[in-house]
Amino acid sequence: MKTYIAQRLGIAVLTLVGMSIVIFVLLRLAPGDIVDILFAAAAYVDPAARTEIMRELGLDKPIWAQYLDWMRQIFSGDLGKSYRYDLPAWDIIRPLIPVTVELAVLATILSVLLGVPTGVISAVKQDTTLDYALRVVSLAGLSMPSFWLGMVIILGLVAWLGWIPPMTYVGPGEDFKLHAIQFLLPALAVGYRSSALLMRITRSAVLEVMREDYIRTAWAKGQSGRVVIWRHALKNAILPVVTVIGIEFAFLIGGLVVTETVFNLPGVARFLVEAILWRDYPVVQNLVMFIAVVVILSNLVVDLLYGVLDPRVRYGD
Amino acid sequence: MASWILGCAMATRPIGAEIALGEPVAAAGPRGLGSTLARFARKKPLGAAGGVLMLLIVLTAIFAEVMATHDPIATDAFHTLARPNGEHWLGSDHLGRDIYSRIVHGARVSLIVGLASTLLGSVLGGIIGLLSGYVGGKTDLISQRLLDILQGLPLLVLALILTASLGPSVENVIIAISIPIIPRAARVIRSSVLSIREMQYVEAARAIGIPHLRIAFRHILPNTMGPFIVLCTAQLGSAILVEAALSFLGLGVPEPYPSWGRMLSVSAAEYAQKAPHLVLFPGFAISLAVFGSNLLGDALRDTLDPRLRGA
Repeated sequence: MKTYIAQRLGIAVLTLVGMSIVIFVLLRLAPGDIVDILFAAAAYVDPAARTEIMRELGLDKPIWAQYLDWMRQIFSGDLGKSYRYDLPAWDIIRPLIPVTVELAVLATILSVLLGVPTGVISAVKQDTTLDYALRVVSLAGLSMPSFWLGMVIILGLVAWLGWIPPMTYVGPGEDFKLHAIQFLLPALAVGYRSSALLMRITRSAVLEVMREDYIRTAWAKGQSGRVVIWRHALKNAILPVVTVIGIEFAFLIGGLVVTETVFNLPGVARFLVEAILWRDYPVVQNLVMFIAVVVILSNLVVDLLYGVLDPRVRYGD
Repeated sequence: MASWILGCAMATRPIGAEIALGEPVAAAGPRGLGSTLARFARKKPLGAAGGVLMLLIVLTAIFAEVMATHDPIATDAFHTLARPNGEHWLGSDHLGRDIYSRIVHGARVSLIVGLASTLLGSVLGGIIGLLSGYVGGKTDLISQRLLDILQGLPLLVLALILTASLGPSVENVIIAISIPIIPRAARVIRSSVLSIREMQYVEAARAIGIPHLRIAFRHILPNTMGPFIVLCTAQLGSAILVEAALSFLGLGVPEPYPSWGRMLSVSAAEYAQKAPHLVLFPGFAISLAVFGSNLLGDALRDTLDPRLRGA
C-alpha cells in the first residue's frame, strides 16, 4: 500500500512538471507580448522605456530562464506579480478559489444525485420506454452547451417568475439564501451535463454487473429486487462511476470557464478568460497550473479510493 | 491511407458506407448499401434519427445561400430585435440581422471547424497511436506519458490557451480544437492496434518480410477503422461544443462570419430580456447538431465496436 501511494505520488509530480512545461510553452507561442499590449494604447513608445519594462518583467531573459524563474517562484510560494493589476498574482487568485471550488462541489453533488439513480433505473428497465426516455434526456444533456443552459435558466426565471438572479456576487455571510440560489443555478447548468455522463456510465456498469453469477444467485435465493439492485449490483458497479466522478470534478472546472462568465461569478475560471485576453502571463500560468493540480489531485484521490471501495484491487503486488 | 481518411470523412457525414467500411468481412457479402442502411435504421432507430439530423445540417451548410432568406451580415437599423415574424422567421438581432439566415450560415462555420478539427486531431492522434502501439517498448511508454500530460488539461482550457496564443482566425481555432483531440484519438487507436498486432495474419506478414511501416499502415490500420469512425463521430460533437464556447468568449471564429457561439455572445445576453429568441435559437442549433452526432456516434459504437456488441 505504501509503495503504491509513493508510486502514484511520483507519477503525479512528474505529470505536473510536464504540464507546467506544456503550459509555459503554449503561452509563449503567441505573437507579441504583454508589453506590446500595454503600449498598444500609446501612439509613441520610447524604446528605452520598453526595454526597461521588459527587464523588470523578466521578459528579456531566454525562455528557459523564464521557466526556471517561474518554478523557483512556485516553490517559494511567491507567484509573481500580475502585469495588469500590478498586484501579487496570489493576492488576485486566492479569493477566486473558494467560489470555483464551491461551484464545482455543488455541481458534482447535483450530478451524482441526478445521474446515479437514473442510471440504475435505466439499466433495470433496459429497453423499456422509460429507459429510452432517460437515455434521450441524458444525451440531450451532453449535447447542450452548459453556458447556453445557464442562459435559458435565467430566461425561464425572467419569463415565469419575473425575477432575475443577482448578477453581482453575494457572499454567504451577506444573504445566505440569495447566495445559495446564485450558486445552485450555475451548478445545475453545469451539473446536468455531468449527470448525463454519470447516468450513461452507471447504466452500462450496472448492466454489465447484472449479468454476473452472484446476481443470479441473489435472485435465486429470493432476495428482493431492491436489495439485489441497490446493495449487490450497485456496489460492484460503483467503481467505473467513481472514476468518472473524479474525472468530471476536474473537468467541471474547465466547463465553469464559460458558465462563470454567464452568471458573472468571480471565480478562477472567469478570471482565466480575462487574464488570457490580457496575456497576463503570471496569472494565466498560475491559474492553469492550479487547474492542473486539481486534475492530478482528483485522479490521485480516485486511485486511492479504488482500494477502499474494492478489496479486489490489491496494491504493490 | 487515403481510404482511411475518406472513411473518417464519411463517418462524420451521416449514415452510410462507413458501416460496410468498418466491417471489412461483412462488406464482402451480397448486401447493397441500401439494405445495410435499412437494417441499421431498423436496429438503431435513434442512431438513424441522428444520421438524418446530421444529413439535414450538412445539407444546410452546403446550400446555405439557397436556404437563407437574407444576407447574414446585412444590418437593418429599422428592424432591430424584431420578434419572429413573416419577414424574419426567427426574428432579428440588435443590428437587425436576420437570425434564421445567420443560423443557416452558422451551420457552415460550425461544421467546417468541427469536421476539420476532428479530422486533423484524429488523424494525427491515430498515426501516433498506430506507431506507438505497433513499435511498443520505450517509444510506447514515453509517448503514452506525453499524451497523459496533454490529456490532463480540460479540453476547453487547452483550446482556450491555444486560441489565445495563436490569435483568432478560422485556421487557428481548428488547430486549437484539434490538439486536445490528439491524445484521445491516439489512445483509442493504440489500444486496438495492441490487440491486432498479436494476430496471426500480422505474424504471417512479418514472416514473409514485409517492411514494418507497410505492415502498420496497410495491414493493421484498415482494421482500426471501426473504433476510428466511432471516435470521429464522438469527437465531432465535442468539437462543435468547444467551438461554440470559444466563439462565445470572443476567442473563436472572428467576425463577420456568423457563428452559433458568437451569436450567443455578450451582446445577446444584454438583449436577452427584450428578445429571448436571440438566445434560444442559436443554442437550439448547437444542441441539435451535437445531439445528432451523439445519437449517431452511440449507434455506430454499438454496431462497430465488437466488445460492446449486445450490451
